[in-house]
Amino acid sequence: MSNNKLLLLGDEAIAQGAIDGGLSGVYAYPGTPSTEIMEYVQGSKQAAELNIHRQWSANEKTAMEAAIGMSYAGKRAMVCFKHVGLNVAADAFINASITGVNGGLIVVSADDPSMHSSQNEQDSRFYGKFSMIPILEPANQQEAYDMAYFGFELSERLNVPVLLRITTRLAHSRSGVQRKTIKPQNELRLPSDPRQFVLLPSIARKNYKKLLVSQTAMELEAEKSAFNELIEGTDKSMGIITTGIAYNYLIENYPEHKCPYPVLKIGQYPIPRKQVEELYNSCDKLLILEEGYPIVEEMLKGYLNVGKPILGRLDGTLPRDGELNPNIVAKALGMEVVEGQPVPDVVKNRPPSLCQGCGHRDVYADLNEALKEYGTGRVFSDIGCYTLGALPPFNAINSCVDMGASITMAKGAADAGLVPAVAVIGDSTFTHSGMTGLLDAVIENSPITVIISDNSTTGMTGGQHSSATGRIVDICKGIGVHPDHIRVVTPLRKNHEENVKIIKEELAYNGVSVIIPQRECIQTFARRKKAEKKQANK
Amino acid sequence: MKNDIILAGVGGQGILSIAAAIGLAAVNSNMYIKQAEVHGMSQRGGDVQSHLRISDKPIASDLIPAGKADMIISVEPMEGLRYLPFLGENGWLVTNITPFNNIPDYPEADALMAKIKEVKNHIAIDADALAKEAGSSRASNIVMLGAASLFLDIPFEKIEEGIRQLFGRKGDEIVELNLKALRMGREFSEKNR
Ligand code: SF4
Repeated sequence: MSNNKLLLLGDEAIAQGAIDGGLSGVYAYPGTPSTEIMEYVQGSKQAAELNIHRQWSANEKTAMEAAIGMSYAGKRAMVCFKHVGLNVAADAFINASITGVNGGLIVVSADDPSMHSSQNEQDSRFYGKFSMIPILEPANQQEAYDMAYFGFELSERLNVPVLLRITTRLAHSRSGVQRKTIKPQNELRLPSDPRQFVLLPSIARKNYKKLLVSQTAMELEAEKSAFNELIEGTDKSMGIITTGIAYNYLIENYPEHKCPYPVLKIGQYPIPRKQVEELYNSCDKLLILEEGYPIVEEMLKGYLNVGKPILGRLDGTLPRDGELNPNIVAKALGMEVVEGQPVPDVVKNRPPSLCQGCGHRDVYADLNEALKEYGTGRVFSDIGCYTLGALPPFNAINSCVDMGASITMAKGAADAGLVPAVAVIGDSTFTHSGMTGLLDAVIENSPITVIISDNSTTGMTGGQHSSATGRIVDICKGIGVHPDHIRVVTPLRKNHEENVKIIKEELAYNGVSVIIPQRECIQTFARRKKAEKKQANK
Repeated sequence: MKNDIILAGVGGQGILSIAAAIGLAAVNSNMYIKQAEVHGMSQRGGDVQSHLRISDKPIASDLIPAGKADMIISVEPMEGLRYLPFLGENGWLVTNITPFNNIPDYPEADALMAKIKEVKNHIAIDADALAKEAGSSRASNIVMLGAASLFLDIPFEKIEEGIRQLFGRKGDEIVELNLKALRMGREFSEKNR
């Protein structure tokens, strides 16, 4: 490997590829395993010099829409989030395939099979198919770079957004990446068709027909794409189709990485029909290796499963859920797998937990105490560090469904008669998708107590900027919460008695109250202090 | 040649610095490298691991297959044992013996030592004590790197160079301290292999 290569995470390779490919702006909301894409662009000197837009958005939908706006203006834009973030952005995302693009638009969705850090393991390729746009799925860090680099061109050529799908393993794995020459950014330029982005039914119908017609072009692009490769093999008793990173797990099992079976390595969708047919016709059966859902497998198998055997996740050749790895693939190939020694019994689980000294700890101590007289089972939580309050020693929360669901679920439970009902949400999540739910509650004056545990950051993903910082009280007032029932407290052990008293008062109030425990995340606090000290010493 | 290494520890213990130092050394030696690591949820005091692969030939998988790792480097005694299913028959377990105890049912030190000793090739080192001796207990991960370096197919000078690169921005003093920690770990392995 030559020394002029950069050593990059898959996420970072995407960021660098986009920057070199003429990116003008990236929009994102943090979420594992996608966070490092934006962080890389934010830390990049090159991006600063090129004046690339690179601020976190309030949520994935606002990010997606801003990216569409930048594309409208003719510039190349990228939007990044994790798979469940695509659900939040879905409304805009699906419609973006109908508006089409002006400047190239890449949507990066980072999937998390095996749920290392997620609530589900949904496969973003479904969304790509749903939206009828091309999907790019890299097998390694170099392809991640190349796909981001070429993705804009592809998007502009086909006049649709391109979905770049990556999974946790590649997102968070580092390897050498060779850069390409830097492309200039697009000039500001309005769409040639002034109605392209106006999705009134009559126009949308026309655009949709265009999208349908261009499916053929997308398939042709996929068939001649360098990211789709039919690799010869001598043993035709089986043909193998891999998508994305699964290819690596396959060839890991063979000396010199030479697989005896013919392999179709897919990196660009729609699935290249020509190559698939060629493989199918030349082999006795097919094995499908894909990370995530059995999407390719289901498509090829069809409902009646006629013709040659097609093996994969559906028939149990591979597990139906979870991430792939070399051993799982080896077993599917009928190879023997040697494992080292078993894990000794002395090894205990070590679950993640709230940092020592984290303000959320005090919030839960206060809340548990205040709720004692009502019993357990009334606390609806949201997604962030504070979700760890579900674990011992707190056992303080009873739900974690999606971003924003705490307030709305508490409202629904209160509607059902569960009074008091409590929502716990963080400051970043509150602006992400809690505000609208609070408005619902205010309109009906629902008897709920909302605790916005404000640590002035997006803690879970490592301390990114939170749109809510310094604004929460005003936002709550603006939404219409009665000022007497907006209570700001400091979650510290010495304030325990007082905070319990305040929470109890608000639990007893028959309407919407908001309690805002405010104390900065100790991780960002420590980092800030260190940086300040460094600054002072200069 | 290839070195497949599992790095094990608890979030915040500095295993990624070990990975970075080896990574730099490997790149400076013109080798291929892949390094997969865990981010996010599991970093809040939970167990973390990184798969680090270096080779003179292109590397396929970002994950090391079970039973094929050449080494486990663990900055804490229990975490190394967690990944034994990955360790190859002749692989080395290089582990710190100072526990990181943040759970209620953390095992007894003797029980852990007994299991470590059952591994054919192992180095058990009090990296925290050596790091203190070198000048800062925070360098215990670099002591571990030094201890492991004996079993890596990378010249020791390249690893020293990696340390210089990694800590260069923090000033000469920090660089020297970490080089000292590195050498102390290396010496320990030489004597106790
Ligand atoms: S990162 Fe911050 S918010 Fe998260 S647990 Fe630690 S101190 Fe609390």
